[in-house]
Amino acid sequence: MEKFTVHTGRAVPLRYSNVDTDQIIPAVYLKRVSRDGFEDGLFAAWRANDPGFVLNRPEYKEGTVLIAGPDFGTGSSREHAVWALQNYGFKAVLAPRFADIFRGNSLKGGLLTVVLPQQVIERLWEMVEADPATEVTVDLEAREVRAGGITEPFELDDYTRWRLMEGLDDIGLTLRHTDAITEFEKHRKPWLPVTQ
Amino acid sequence: MARTMAEKVWEEHVVRRAEGEPDLLYIDLHLVHEVTSPQAFEGLRLAGRTLRRPDLTIATEDHNVPTENILLPIADPVSRTQIETLRKNASDFGVRLHPMGDIDQGVVHVIGPQLGLTQPGMTVVCGDSHTSTHGAFGALAFGIGTSQVEHVMATQTLPMAPFKTMAVNVTGTLRPGVTSKDIILAVIAKIGTGGGQGYVIEYRGEAIRSLSMEARMTVCNMSIEAGARAGMIAPDQTTFDYLEGRPHAPKGELWDRAVEHWKSLATDEGAEFDHEVFLDADELSPFVTWGTNPGQGAPLDSAVPDPASFEDDTDRAAAEKALAYMDLAPGTPLREVRVDTVFVGSCTNGRIEDLRAAAEVIRGRRVAEGVRMMIVPGSMRVKEQAAAEGLDQVFREAGAEWREAGCSMCLGMNPDTLKPGERSASTSNRNFEGRQGKGGRTHLVSPLVAAATAVRGTLSSPADL
Ligand code: SF4
Repeated sequence: MEKFTVHTGRAVPLRYSNVDTDQIIPAVYLKRVSRDGFEDGLFAAWRANDPGFVLNRPEYKEGTVLIAGPDFGTGSSREHAVWALQNYGFKAVLAPRFADIFRGNSLKGGLLTVVLPQQVIERLWEMVEADPATEVTVDLEAREVRAGGITEPFELDDYTRWRLMEGLDDIGLTLRHTDAITEFEKHRKPWLPVTQ
Repeated sequence: MARTMAEKVWEEHVVRRAEGEPDLLYIDLHLVHEVTSPQAFEGLRLAGRTLRRPDLTIATEDHNVPTENILLPIADPVSRTQIETLRKNASDFGVRLHPMGDIDQGVVHVIGPQLGLTQPGMTVVCGDSHTSTHGAFGALAFGIGTSQVEHVMATQTLPMAPFKTMAVNVTGTLRPGVTSKDIILAVIAKIGTGGGQGYVIEYRGEAIRSLSMEARMTVCNMSIEAGARAGMIAPDQTTFDYLEGRPHAPKGELWDRAVEHWKSLATDEGAEFDHEVFLDADELSPFVTWGTNPGQGAPLDSAVPDPASFEDDTDRAAAEKALAYMDLAPGTPLREVRVDTVFVGSCTNGRIEDLRAAAEVIRGRRVAEGVRMMIVPGSMRVKEQAAAEGLDQVFREAGAEWREAGCSMCLGMNPDTLKPGERSASTSNRNFEGRQGKGGRTHLVSPLVAAATAVRGTLSSPADL
């Protein structure tokens, strides 16, 4: 996983709430068996049907920070939603609220999801709509977002922050505790089912 | 200290706890399907890793499978690749797989309980958000992403951040014609699609206690539609009766010990939840959705709401956008909304009781002119059972299509989709834009409402027939 410390880039204002993972990437695009190539599926229905959709507008082509409304990433657990955003070029998503599974997936995969108050999101939207060239900085080290005159702190637990900044893969970390797992397995309830 | 059921199950599974780190939880059962697993298997391969416990893992083919002509090769080459990839992975890594055509094949959340693999007090995960279904047994069951799927494969554990607890108390008695689907749709409309975020919901109260095991699964299934991590219901005699004698349920002396332990899992008297919600079952009536998220629902007796009636700006904008997509005018009585397709199936309502309920309504009646009704059993066993009871005949005689088991039109990854602009009444769990096919419009309903709607051609309940 790539390390994440500070990212600065242009932003894309997505003024929708409740953007579910079926919108982020419709099911028909889930059939690939690798982790790349999902960018075509990103917001596929909106990109195909709505010429005014923000990603269809040239001024937002280079965006790497997505700014969305509340409850981003609801619905299906498909991690493809994270891959599609990353494959397309997004490094961070800012929103007032994220669905839990999506948030978990994003932070596992190195896409930084940042929770900001609704008013801050509104101000960012206005700023980026007024001037699409506005640069937004997402600083994981300092745990703050900066853009124009805005400097807004955000919360992220120390452990996740450390893991993202080091670019560490969870599995490797857990495998350091194999002894504890083996020990636990000795005391599992005797009636628990096995599949084989 | 008095503890909730969710906390008890969590505590029993902590492998490692360290200051400033998430708890490492042991996973008792890992369910696998073809869509969210290929990248996980690939990750293992690249890292030279194996499955720590293939014997706690089971795989099935469900999301992509066709529900007709299943003995022919899958026509869509990309779907075929995904199925073939799962077959190869299962064989390479030693995972038990129930492929298409197998008697134990079916939607992943239908086959786990059916085999008796889902039991109280377990931790159950799957790369699928509706894993919450298994919480109906008093298991802590949650959906995970593909990175976590790989993590469970490699270590049989997951690092998990703590959750909050919510009690949804459903008091009173359901009136005839009102089902567990109506309970959960009403709960979601009440707390919103984000209302459960960060919580494990425990459904409690006499109306929940009186539900059958399958009806409880319907409730827990849609916990995720309220944004919750998981949903749970305390195990009781209904749970034990359902489990006893199933292929993977404990037997003999182990059964007695298991039941004794399971009884101890219920939330202690005096335990505190972080949040509580109350609902009166007596006041519920058949519920349907009018919008494009599962929280946008209303009683069938009411009308399409006016977006202007929403106080919150975000809700108003969402309602406007939803009505435009759904092509519905504010004030239209929901009973007058005409559908093209009725879908009975999915891990929400594709079990034998659901098929029985729908068949009872449709028996001796006809599917309305111009309406297509599809019955897709949740598993091959459900299909077999339904056929043994003659339900397939009832549906066929009414003019409905009787299909093979799979996810089918719940998400339209196989050929079963709505065409652009088509409208469905569906017993599934998601009414998102395009969920059942690009441009398709979905109304979520119970099996009873689905069947009555098929007969009348507009959203209806059996009382309207
Ligand atoms: S039936 Fe629908 S909700 Fe259930 S697992 Fe399949 S696609 Fe998901």
